Amino acid sequence: MSTKAISQEETSHIAERKNYLNNGSSISSWLLTFDHKRIAFMYLISISFFFLIGAIAAGIVRLELVSPNGVMLENETFNKMFSAHGITMVFFFLVPSIPATLGNFLLPIMVGARDLAFPRMNLLSWYLYVIAGILLLLAVFMGGVDTGWTFYTPFSSLYSKTQVTLAVSAAFLAGFSSILTGINFIVTVHKMRCPGMTWDRLPLFVWAMYATSLIMILGTPVVAITLLLVAFERVFSIGVFSPELGGDPVLFQHMFWFYSHPAVYIMVLPGMGVISEIMAAFSRKRVFGYHFVAYSSLAIAALGFIVWGHHMFVSSQSMYQGIVFSLVSFLVAVPSAIKVFNWTATMYKGNIDLSTPMLYALGFLGLFVIGGLTGLYLACIGTDVHLTGTYFVVAHFHFVMVGGSVTAFLGGLHFWWPKMFGRMYPEFWGKMAALITFVGFIVTFMPQFILGFLGMPRRYHLYYFAGAEFQPYHIMSTAGSSVLAVGLLMPALYLTWSLKYGEPASRNPFHAVGLEWTTQSPPPTENFDTPPVVTWEAYDYGEMEAHEAHLDEAELEEGGEAKKEVEKL
Amino acid sequence: MFPTKLAPLQGSNFAPEVDALFYIITALTVFFTVGVMAVVIFFAIKYRAGSKADRSRPQNENLFIEIAWSVPPLILGLVIFAWGSVLFVKMRRPPQNALEIFVIGKQWMWHIQHPNGVREMNELHVPSGVPIKLTMISQDVIHAFYVPQFRTQFMVVPGRYTYEWFEPTKPGKYYLFCAMHCGAGHSEMGGYVYVMPPKDYQTWLAHGGSTPSNEHPTLVQQGQELYTQLSCSNCHKEQDTERAPSLYGIYNKTAKTDKGDMLVTDDYLREAIVNPYDKIVAGYTNTMPEYKRVTQTEPGLTEEQLRSLVEYVKSLSSSATPSGLTPGAVSPAASGGPVAVNAVATQKPGGVSAVAAGGVR
Repeated sequence: MSTKAISQEETSHIAERKNYLNNGSSISSWLLTFDHKRIAFMYLISISFFFLIGAIAAGIVRLELVSPNGVMLENETFNKMFSAHGITMVFFFLVPSIPATLGNFLLPIMVGARDLAFPRMNLLSWYLYVIAGILLLLAVFMGGVDTGWTFYTPFSSLYSKTQVTLAVSAAFLAGFSSILTGINFIVTVHKMRCPGMTWDRLPLFVWAMYATSLIMILGTPVVAITLLLVAFERVFSIGVFSPELGGDPVLFQHMFWFYSHPAVYIMVLPGMGVISEIMAAFSRKRVFGYHFVAYSSLAIAALGFIVWGHHMFVSSQSMYQGIVFSLVSFLVAVPSAIKVFNWTATMYKGNIDLSTPMLYALGFLGLFVIGGLTGLYLACIGTDVHLTGTYFVVAHFHFVMVGGSVTAFLGGLHFWWPKMFGRMYPEFWGKMAALITFVGFIVTFMPQFILGFLGMPRRYHLYYFAGAEFQPYHIMSTAGSSVLAVGLLMPALYLTWSLKYGEPASRNPFHAVGLEWTTQSPPPTENFDTPPVVTWEAYDYGEMEAHEAHLDEAELEEGGEAKKEVEKL
Repeated sequence: MFPTKLAPLQGSNFAPEVDALFYIITALTVFFTVGVMAVVIFFAIKYRAGSKADRSRPQNENLFIEIAWSVPPLILGLVIFAWGSVLFVKMRRPPQNALEIFVIGKQWMWHIQHPNGVREMNELHVPSGVPIKLTMISQDVIHAFYVPQFRTQFMVVPGRYTYEWFEPTKPGKYYLFCAMHCGAGHSEMGGYVYVMPPKDYQTWLAHGGSTPSNEHPTLVQQGQELYTQLSCSNCHKEQDTERAPSLYGIYNKTAKTDKGDMLVTDDYLREAIVNPYDKIVAGYTNTMPEYKRVTQTEPGLTEEQLRSLVEYVKSLSSSATPSGLTPGAVSPAASGGPVAVNAVATQKPGGVSAVAAGGVR
């Protein structure tokens, strides 16, 4: 059995071709690599690991909420569970998810570069991430953290008896890892574009990465110093946030949300970039309103920095401040709406292929529209007073973060999987997973909107005060989460399976336009055999027919050879 | 087992308007979601690969279309913004005649003090049809006082007073939650708000609340006792301002301090007790001892005690004190105390609160 597999691999066309995956197999060739593709792969493994941890914590939380009196946990343990869920998912999965994996892998290839501008810094960012992850695991094993991912003071700085210092150090380091990624992307986009790759020809995914990087380098330092100050107050009793030491507890919220609201866009902008690519490729059409989609990313990044106070309408900030933040929050909805309308218009007169990535993209569209529009309830200051701090907020940001970012991440992962690993995944299972994820998601989070409207506060372990009203919705939500878990587990299984047993992928299995589809799958270590020159516009599906025919020819030759060899076995 | 409720009860003056806004945004959400999804599904079918749909002259970019679909949502958004903001301003402007009740949040309970001295724990009794203003402070971490059926919520922060107001419309029992994560007992830091007909409330109040007792000095009386205990009156006298400024008549007036002119508010008075060196009234030096607030590790004044001191000092501003009497003597209590009790005891629906009756402004 094993000998057959080896011999199959040895004679396989894929394995023979030199690419980044088979260019060295020693441990040091991975751990000391400067190759952005290998680093992206290491990131993919690391973030998947933390996603698993976060998902297990979420499952336990959901299970616990089936009964108004709890099922198996102490109050304290429950608080540690939702904190572990929030911290791992936000700092260790969502923020790095698309940028550090798909972005790391694709950005240099999409602009026609050999690597990122600073390959060593790229590796350093992964190491920072791993060290941060180890700190977080240490915090969990030494008793956990019970502050929630928001670390609100003075609870986090003086009152919590848990491993807050370790956890904020972990988030601090993870922050620097994303700052390094951001710097790398910005410099790469500015300085490393190949001949002919003008700003107007950049794929929208690159535009999204660029906007994301701006937020990363401008926002992350603020949260880094804020978390450091929490640690200082905790360890050295330096009064910054705690009134009994002369500090101001609400100051923390300002500083925290100054980063953490833009961080929401760090999480969702890359997803928007992925969706632009998928919509174009599977409608076989240029993205409608390319410039509007590109600039709306920048508008979101810019406006995103001046809306943080909408998290604090009832925090005791001034009433007038609240009203201004509410206004700007309504404005930031416009560029997001522009994107949605443009994606929809892209399908008009297209040739729509409902393959797995497109199903994820359409799922994204539906969930993101709901997630975005339910943001209006919270941007509207009059309704936010009732809804803030309830499950309505929980449902809203899960629609954006999971329905948006995670769906986009999975869509992008399927779209570029053949490019990254040279193997096709089973299409049937891919479609099934996309559908199951969508249904599971809706069933999990829709009831939470009603729960929030009814007044169920978030981060509640017990809800016996209003058990009869709340319990049915909690049971629905937990039932849905088990479906969602199946939908998320499936890709993990069949994608891993496909690494070895998937059909070899051609250069451009989806007939998409973009530099990444002109190089082989998986790409060679140098990305391109000959340095590329771009002579066509982005998403030039019309004009690309001739070019593609040429590529297809080349592909046919290669593919034919590969087929012959497979047939031989 | 089947969900019976889709919306919470409407228990306050704000509830109908918040709900109206809520349902209008819901209508917009449904309209746009269904609209976008319908178009997406329509296109996905009509323009599926291999269909015979007309694909001639596809467009790639059109400024007019971009404006056409950006401006209407923007206008709708601004309308909702304006309505929501007007509503919020209403929520943040308690009527002058609101009945003031004090709320102190601690890990993990709500401690409530009615001005006449009645206390409750994790329960709040209020009369219906009367605007209620809650003046709140936390003794440890941040909490949030949330009554979903009143659609009202505000954070209860350590170190400063915050407030929220509402007018309960229907007698009944409503949920009270802490809505800001505050530690292990967070989800159990709650209880119920009991809205009673004003008559019942007065009876309840006159009998000393839910756990009746004969002794319940008013907040002003408690404050006065503490004022004497802590020897505040040694320096703060009514007319002899040699060692410290007089506290008579200062509430809601401007104080000249080394940090500039300050309005003497509840927060100013509280801060002047726990942290007297932060601002020093012009002409004085920092000779006053710090009366620290109690913390996790060190003893000190509780927020209840601080509140009663603030109420006492406020009463000094409102009473027509016979001259020549030193603070701490019987007079302020006789004038401030009974007035407060009286005001609440004779509360009419929509009537005046203790503090307002005391004559502040």
